[in-house]
Amino acid sequence: MATLPFHEATPLLAICVSIAAVPLIALSGSKPNLREFWTFLAGFIKLGLVLSMAGYILAGNTYTYELCKVLPGLSLKFTVDGFGMLFALVASSLWIVTSVYSIGYMRGLDEHAQTRYFCFFALALSATLGVAFSGNLLTMYLFYELLSLSTFPLVTHHQDEEARSGGRKYLTYLLATSIGLALPAMLVTYGLAGTLDFNVQGIFPAETAKSTLVILLIMFLYGFAKAGIMPFHSWLPGAMVAPTPVSALLHAVAVVKVGVFSIGRVLTGIFGIDLLAGASLNVIVCVLAGFTVIVSSLIALSQDNLKRRLAFSTVGQLSYIVLGIGLASHLGVIGGMSHIAMHAFAKITLFFCAGAIFVATGKKYISQMVGIGRRMPFTMTAFFIGSLGVIGLPPCGGLISKFYMVLGTMEAGMVWVLVIYLISSLLNAAYFLPIVYKAFFCTEEEALFEKKVQEAPACCLIPPLLTALATVGLFFFPWIFVSFAQVMYSL
Amino acid sequence: MITKQLPFLILAAPLLSAFLITLFARKSKGLGFALLVAAMAASFGCAIAVLLQILENGQVIHYHIGNWQPPYGIELVIDHLNAMVLALVSGAALLTAIYSKNSVLAEVPHRFPGEEVPERVPNYYTLFALLVSGLLGIVATGDAFNMFVLLEISALSSYALLALGGGRAYFATFKYLIVGTIGACFYLLGVGYLYIKTGSLNMPDLKGILQSPALVESPTIMIAFMLIITGILIKMAFFPLHGWLPNAYTYASTTTSCLVAPLMTKVSVYMMIRLMFSVFSANYIFEHLGWQNSVVWLATAAIIFGSISALGQTNLKRMLCYIIVAEVGYMVGGVWLANANGLMGATYHILSDAMMTLCLFMAVGAVIYKTGDASLQAMRGIFRKMPITSAVFVVGALAMIGIPPTCGFFSKWYLVSGAIEARHWGFAVSLLFSSLINAIIFFRIIEIGYFPLFDKGEGENGHHDHGEVKTAEAPLSMLVPMVITALSLIAIGLYSNEIITGLVGRTIPTGLL
Repeated sequence: MATLPFHEATPLLAICVSIAAVPLIALSGSKPNLREFWTFLAGFIKLGLVLSMAGYILAGNTYTYELCKVLPGLSLKFTVDGFGMLFALVASSLWIVTSVYSIGYMRGLDEHAQTRYFCFFALALSATLGVAFSGNLLTMYLFYELLSLSTFPLVTHHQDEEARSGGRKYLTYLLATSIGLALPAMLVTYGLAGTLDFNVQGIFPAETAKSTLVILLIMFLYGFAKAGIMPFHSWLPGAMVAPTPVSALLHAVAVVKVGVFSIGRVLTGIFGIDLLAGASLNVIVCVLAGFTVIVSSLIALSQDNLKRRLAFSTVGQLSYIVLGIGLASHLGVIGGMSHIAMHAFAKITLFFCAGAIFVATGKKYISQMVGIGRRMPFTMTAFFIGSLGVIGLPPCGGLISKFYMVLGTMEAGMVWVLVIYLISSLLNAAYFLPIVYKAFFCTEEEALFEKKVQEAPACCLIPPLLTALATVGLFFFPWIFVSFAQVMYSL
Repeated sequence: MITKQLPFLILAAPLLSAFLITLFARKSKGLGFALLVAAMAASFGCAIAVLLQILENGQVIHYHIGNWQPPYGIELVIDHLNAMVLALVSGAALLTAIYSKNSVLAEVPHRFPGEEVPERVPNYYTLFALLVSGLLGIVATGDAFNMFVLLEISALSSYALLALGGGRAYFATFKYLIVGTIGACFYLLGVGYLYIKTGSLNMPDLKGILQSPALVESPTIMIAFMLIITGILIKMAFFPLHGWLPNAYTYASTTTSCLVAPLMTKVSVYMMIRLMFSVFSANYIFEHLGWQNSVVWLATAAIIFGSISALGQTNLKRMLCYIIVAEVGYMVGGVWLANANGLMGATYHILSDAMMTLCLFMAVGAVIYKTGDASLQAMRGIFRKMPITSAVFVVGALAMIGIPPTCGFFSKWYLVSGAIEARHWGFAVSLLFSSLINAIIFFRIIEIGYFPLFDKGEGENGHHDHGEVKTAEAPLSMLVPMVITALSLIAIGLYSNEIITGLVGRTIPTGLL
């Protein structure tokens, strides 16, 4: 370990840096510029710390840091490996972009309690990184719960009746499933295996009965309800009452991706893909996730509220990722994990655009956005690119990850899943492209907007352009994320 | 050799202070408070010293009061288990004593209108000290009859303390007095039977004598066991013998409930564990008698009943009282699961539940102190008015729900593992069920505190006027103990492995491993 190119506690520091920023943010509440400075400082340090470990991980190493032992044979433990790095990189880089956007959005709308907002935002980021770097299921559960709780004040930021019911639904779904399903599943797993450390080979002893495995698998899939597998998805559209930057980061990136990532960890690190494929447990995952993919895409078609349409699209894409990992083939897992990154950049672009439209025009409904491309051409171009990314068309990164997943279906010999992928992509196109089409190509009479270009403030415009650019960039340089996923299976 | 006398000093300090306060501090409330805090601090210091001594040597301390040899003299026996409980009781008492500084003045009834400081405040301190010495005595003693005496000392002083709440507290306490006395009588009867059969009252001695095959088969011993356990179950408010608890604790003054609610029930659980395994034995109870299945089912019922009743309450303190009823179910069930995990969970839960209950009662007490209202509506706007108190409340709530890394998660972890090991699915499910109900209960309150009142026609776009609410925090004497308690919840959680392997795990009786 003498050659470690970074400090031994780096994973912990990377997690804690945004917690450390919380008191600073809270204390400088009266000076907004100083307060935002702390957010950015923490954001860049965090990204720097994450990047400092990247080279070491890419070289095929994994790094484990044990904090303290809390139960016999179980400690709070952080492991940095390919999947963890991939996710940490997505979360920490998008935090900075979202912070820029948050400032523009929150100040633009003159929101109340901005200090509280930035405090809990930082806390949520710590929890997200904690999940990314967790070395065992217990640590992951800890940060998973911390994330549910720290995002509650963000989701209910408006503190009105709508926020209350949305927040109630949010916590009910997330806590009920994690305490009621994931926790007992974790206990049983610990009882069977005697450990909860993630291991690519899986940790269940060979003689475990198949019925037990099936029950545990289903409990885990539904227990991490942040992944929004139906029927535990309806908190997500409900949580759209949050301010748009929150929806953007937490509901397209941090919270929901934590759910998917947790499921991915359980499937790859607790069950192990050999066991999943060997005992045909992958069929269960694919059926549950595949159902969600199709149904949520159909629901998205009928939503007029832009944020709700995006929310249902997210539900579908999340299950898409679970489906990829659930194939239990190497290529499928790599595709699924990479899609976390690809989808994150595309979806956050879409949310940023939705927010920018709201800030500039106050419009929430798609039917009111006919001809909006005439007024906000840059925003709508970014929106178009984001849509392409989600659908998985060139020149966007989404194509690469979807390509891997499709190859994964072949590898796993489950060609029927391929059909799900194809239908879903068609449906994605069906619910996104009309928005873009109507925004640009409409007759003079139909258009609801003047031809004068009047974009949202720069703080709200630049972030979506940046993430749109990144979405395109990921098509040409997909290895930025894909290589981390490949490291896990040394491909 | 002061270190030899430490076990006795733990009890002597509060007992002595009770006399001193009555003698010298009748007119001066400041001196009374100082004496009380000093005594509690001394007791806590000794308890910690004894705990460290035990951790270092790993040997059970036998202290013979007045140097009278057992089995005739009174003996204090301190092992890993009660060293921990002693530290817990004296520590919690110290925190509550500091906490009581301001609230007592507001809550002890005035005898004459117009007097500045109620005349009865020193009486309050005396009773406080007596109650604590009684509890510490129960925990430290190694003598079954002595335990009864100390139980009554603590019970009598708690009756007086609870009744100080005034109004409806008198009747509620009277009911408690009747039920508590019945419980004590059951216990005394049981001990009497044991004495008839064995001629001894010393616990280690009793345990040796009870091993003889003739006594194992004796119905008298079985009846004695039944009476003792029933007596203790009444004292700890185990469902369905819990009827006295909610009223008695709800109408008491805030400080009294802070002292009594976390400690009395937990000390009773300790008594049960002590008598089950240090007088009787795991073999006798779980193999010869074999009642564990029914007791665990009763505990399951206690948890479900307690949780659902708590959900229906609109008074903050009463709600916490029903949560205690459920938590008692946790511990009794854990002990009777008859495996090491269950017992460790239950014992660890004595520690964590006492601190969680203390934390919540203190936070709620501070809210009642500032608002004068004990209903759920008192929490309205609390996050702005009392940010520290509400943070403490949230930590306590998270521990009750069982969110890691608070201690509540780890006790639940062991208890559920124990339940799974014993294949007692009902108990496992009820534990998770109660977590969920707690989540609903506490988030309902947090919601009341977090969201403003909604006027009709508002909330169009979420930009309503959030007028500045002045912060009105509780006094420092309340805040400091509260914050320490809240932090201890996390510390106990993070050090759970040390506590379990270093203390709790050392006292697992051989029959269970």
